[in-house]
Amino acid sequence: MTRRLPRKDVVVVGLGWTGSILSYELCRAGLDVVAIERGPWRDTASDFNIGTAPDELRYAIRHELFLQPAQDTVTARNTPDQRALPIRTWGSFLPGNGVGGAGVHWNGHTWRFLPTDHNLRTHLISRYGESFLPENSLIQDWPMTYDELEPYHDQFEKVAGISGKAGNIKGTIQEGGNPFEGWRENEYPTPPLTMGYAQQLFIDGARKLGLHPFPKPSANLSVPYTNSYGVRMAPCTYCGFCERFGCANYSKASPQTCVLPVLVRQPGFEARTRCEVVKVELSADRKRATGVTYVDADGQMWEQPADIVLLCGYQFWNVRLMLISGIGTPYDPRTGEGVVGRNYCYQTSSGVTAFFDNVNFNNFAGAGSLGANLDDYNGDVFDHGPHGFVGGGGISNAVTNARPILFHPTPPGTPSWGSAWKREVKNWTNRVTSVGSQGSSYPYRDCFLDLDPTYKDRLGRPLLRMTFDYKPNEIRMAKFMADRCEEIARAMGASRIVRNDRGPGWSVVPYQTTHNTGGAVMGTDPGTSALNRYLQSWDVHNVFVFGASAFPQNAGYNPTGMVGALAYWGAAAIRDRYLANPGPLV
Amino acid sequence: MSARIIGRAGMRLAALLGVLLLAAPASAAPDDFERIERGRYLATVGDCVACHRGPNGPYGGGTALETPFGNIYPPNITPDRVTGIGAWSADDFWNAMHNGVRPDGAHLYPGFPYPNFTKVTRADSDAIFAFLQTLPPVNAPRRPTELPFPLNIRFAMFGWNMLFFSPGEFVPDPGKPAEWNRGAYLVEGLGHCGACHTAKNFLGADSGTSLGGGMVQGWTAPALTSDSRTGLGAWSVEEVMEFLRTGRNVRSAASGIMAEAVEHSTHAFTESDLRAIAVYLKSLPGDGADAPAPVAASDPTMRQGAAIYADGCQACHRGDGQGVEGIFSRLAGNQIAQQAEPAGLIRMVLAGSRAAATDAAPTAPAMPPFGWRLSDEEVAAVTTFVRNSWGNAGPAVTAADVAAQRGRLAGR
Repeated sequence: MTRRLPRKDVVVVGLGWTGSILSYELCRAGLDVVAIERGPWRDTASDFNIGTAPDELRYAIRHELFLQPAQDTVTARNTPDQRALPIRTWGSFLPGNGVGGAGVHWNGHTWRFLPTDHNLRTHLISRYGESFLPENSLIQDWPMTYDELEPYHDQFEKVAGISGKAGNIKGTIQEGGNPFEGWRENEYPTPPLTMGYAQQLFIDGARKLGLHPFPKPSANLSVPYTNSYGVRMAPCTYCGFCERFGCANYSKASPQTCVLPVLVRQPGFEARTRCEVVKVELSADRKRATGVTYVDADGQMWEQPADIVLLCGYQFWNVRLMLISGIGTPYDPRTGEGVVGRNYCYQTSSGVTAFFDNVNFNNFAGAGSLGANLDDYNGDVFDHGPHGFVGGGGISNAVTNARPILFHPTPPGTPSWGSAWKREVKNWTNRVTSVGSQGSSYPYRDCFLDLDPTYKDRLGRPLLRMTFDYKPNEIRMAKFMADRCEEIARAMGASRIVRNDRGPGWSVVPYQTTHNTGGAVMGTDPGTSALNRYLQSWDVHNVFVFGASAFPQNAGYNPTGMVGALAYWGAAAIRDRYLANPGPLV
Repeated sequence: MSARIIGRAGMRLAALLGVLLLAAPASAAPDDFERIERGRYLATVGDCVACHRGPNGPYGGGTALETPFGNIYPPNITPDRVTGIGAWSADDFWNAMHNGVRPDGAHLYPGFPYPNFTKVTRADSDAIFAFLQTLPPVNAPRRPTELPFPLNIRFAMFGWNMLFFSPGEFVPDPGKPAEWNRGAYLVEGLGHCGACHTAKNFLGADSGTSLGGGMVQGWTAPALTSDSRTGLGAWSVEEVMEFLRTGRNVRSAASGIMAEAVEHSTHAFTESDLRAIAVYLKSLPGDGADAPAPVAASDPTMRQGAAIYADGCQACHRGDGQGVEGIFSRLAGNQIAQQAEPAGLIRMVLAGSRAAATDAAPTAPAMPPFGWRLSDEEVAAVTTFVRNSWGNAGPAVTAADVAAQRGRLAGR
């Protein structure tokens, strides 16, 4: 039997980056906020203890910080005519779980998108003509410009303390930064991390080729920092335990290190952990949410009435909750009608592994976002006319770690076990690096999310079904990027280069990236978007949906910087406009 | 929130007065507002909740107060007439504060720091009482103490008082500035700093240098005197103030029981009271003891300790022992590291500790426990290293010292 709880002003579903930011901003506006999180409470002091945090077996192999597939998973297929099967062991991506969400186990690459990524469709058509767009693509403009979002990027970067070097301050190009980035009001809050030897070779090699390398903007902080909320962070120790790990040194920006210390001091805030929201409840006319229903760790069902419902889960779960709750019209790939589940995108990576003679990279001294980048081939920075594809990617050399279980690079032809393998691992561990491209992923009519007709979760709800494959445009782009990576690796002095190309047939098995985007995208047209420009549901005005699920398509960047900026953008809209006059903001 | 409590309590009191036609012990009449608010502040300065909190709220009592002799359960001090102090008069309260005696004539245990509170003025005592009488009454009977015979006989405290206690309000020193006198009044009286920071004899009474440092519940309460190695000699007035206000400063972070004191009490002190306390503490002389000669870096224990430090400690505390300002404590010059008694430092390494969280410094970083992975010998080596590096000096720690502290912690 479902028990009904006293009303709250706001219920937040999921307490990761967006959930903690929205909770804090709305508590400060005087609202009572309850955050409902299906995973456990996690705290730096208790859970990411320096004595136990760097445990590769526990965290990287056994996935302690991730959602357990037995608790919930997705089904996947490449094309609509296939039968999707459930993912029973995470591979291609690693959805987070628990307080902090993916903000706990991310690497910390923190980007803004290019101004032309915001008006992508308009820009590409004006430069190349509509016929240049890939067949069946659903490329859309974002509903806000780069200029409109700039202050909110700035706000997020100051909360997270991002380390980097600006390339464009108020229109003036800055030496050593990214000359292709959009204008920034301010320099980064903290200076870049200290580059390693491999990054130095990359920077020198890229410059020889006439390219424009710069330090990767990093949420692993270079110096001690007190953020705009008064929370103190410590400098990164280059320990190499970022991705898949919680940071024990208060050095990686996360909800734990940046927001929760002040959020838990708010009298209007309450968190309920190990509680999973099963449905958003709607009024009889389906124009308002009345609250949510959730199940606690003992299996007891509760109804939490609220005036505002914020979906702040990971991209998959936001989309599924909308589908299960009947918020917005589900996307139908046959007719192209409907919006929820539309514009699912991923990320298209490619690159090279580069082996060197006579170097010592000390790869163990890494950090999640210790790297050098260049944007000469990102987005529409370069002329795509001769190349026959759209999109691009950032190219980088990064040293995240040389952890003992998963890092043992050897050239092709090396035996995969035995003394010869051991000898080659020892030989190459400190003489290998990579040059990789993180490429864009654009939307297509037959790449989408919907509810699986067969498989259900432990609560009897249909699993989310993914239908996705890399398309010819993305495969051509990935090849072009790998060619560029190869040129740079050669300029760095690599003696042997192994290409990592991207072909058709996306596989859920090898890890690729956790940058799943779209499915509940924002836009200016309710016929092609689930959310308006304030991340507000077109259909249910007191439901706002945060996270990468709102991206119309994915750019050649990591998503968290954009996710953070959109959270502050949405928080401002709720606080300054919605509270005074609850109703559709557009 | 607080206004709501006052309002509700005031209504209850009014009802009580109407029915019982009592001469009010203290009423919440509007003209008492200032006195009650002053009492609220003074109750915070005295950190009443540190001991009187419990399952029934911040003043409802019931949490064990650990003493070397056994647990005491500080009582409910809400105005409940049966289980709290609702039937007390302001005179009764003053008698408890000033003489350590309950209205029924029974002696209080000095776990209730009446040897300090006796210095509180009558006006301040009355203000605290007036504030306590505005709290919502909570029905929470007191738990009996767990003291052994003969300490379980309260009259035994009569003899203790004969030996160690002389009642008397604080007398300002006319030769000192008002600020110093205010600081002395707060430190020696209501603030009861010496309850932890003054060493105790085998009967639990102050012994040795006042505020010369003590041990409480396995924590080091460092000297508050001007000793530059074990006390506040190297701290500026501003650094003392920042520590009390925020729980940290460039040198150190409050942890253990002091973290609680900051969170419940000192963070809320007025700037003028913080300055007065700092000025007074900075005036206290050290005991003048010479620093011991540091253990040589070439000593095998020091070399073992240096290796352990490099593996387990220096990522946060840095190779030069400077830590990271505002988050990881500086070990160079650290007081807790250099106390003659190493138990507090050993506890920190074995069991870890969490810094205070305050509005001014909300991060609350933690020192993780290492007892699970370091042997007694290794803890002795690394603590000896910390006590004798970067200009520090302190007697070497032995594996037996670590084993003893490990044994005490195992009993917690």
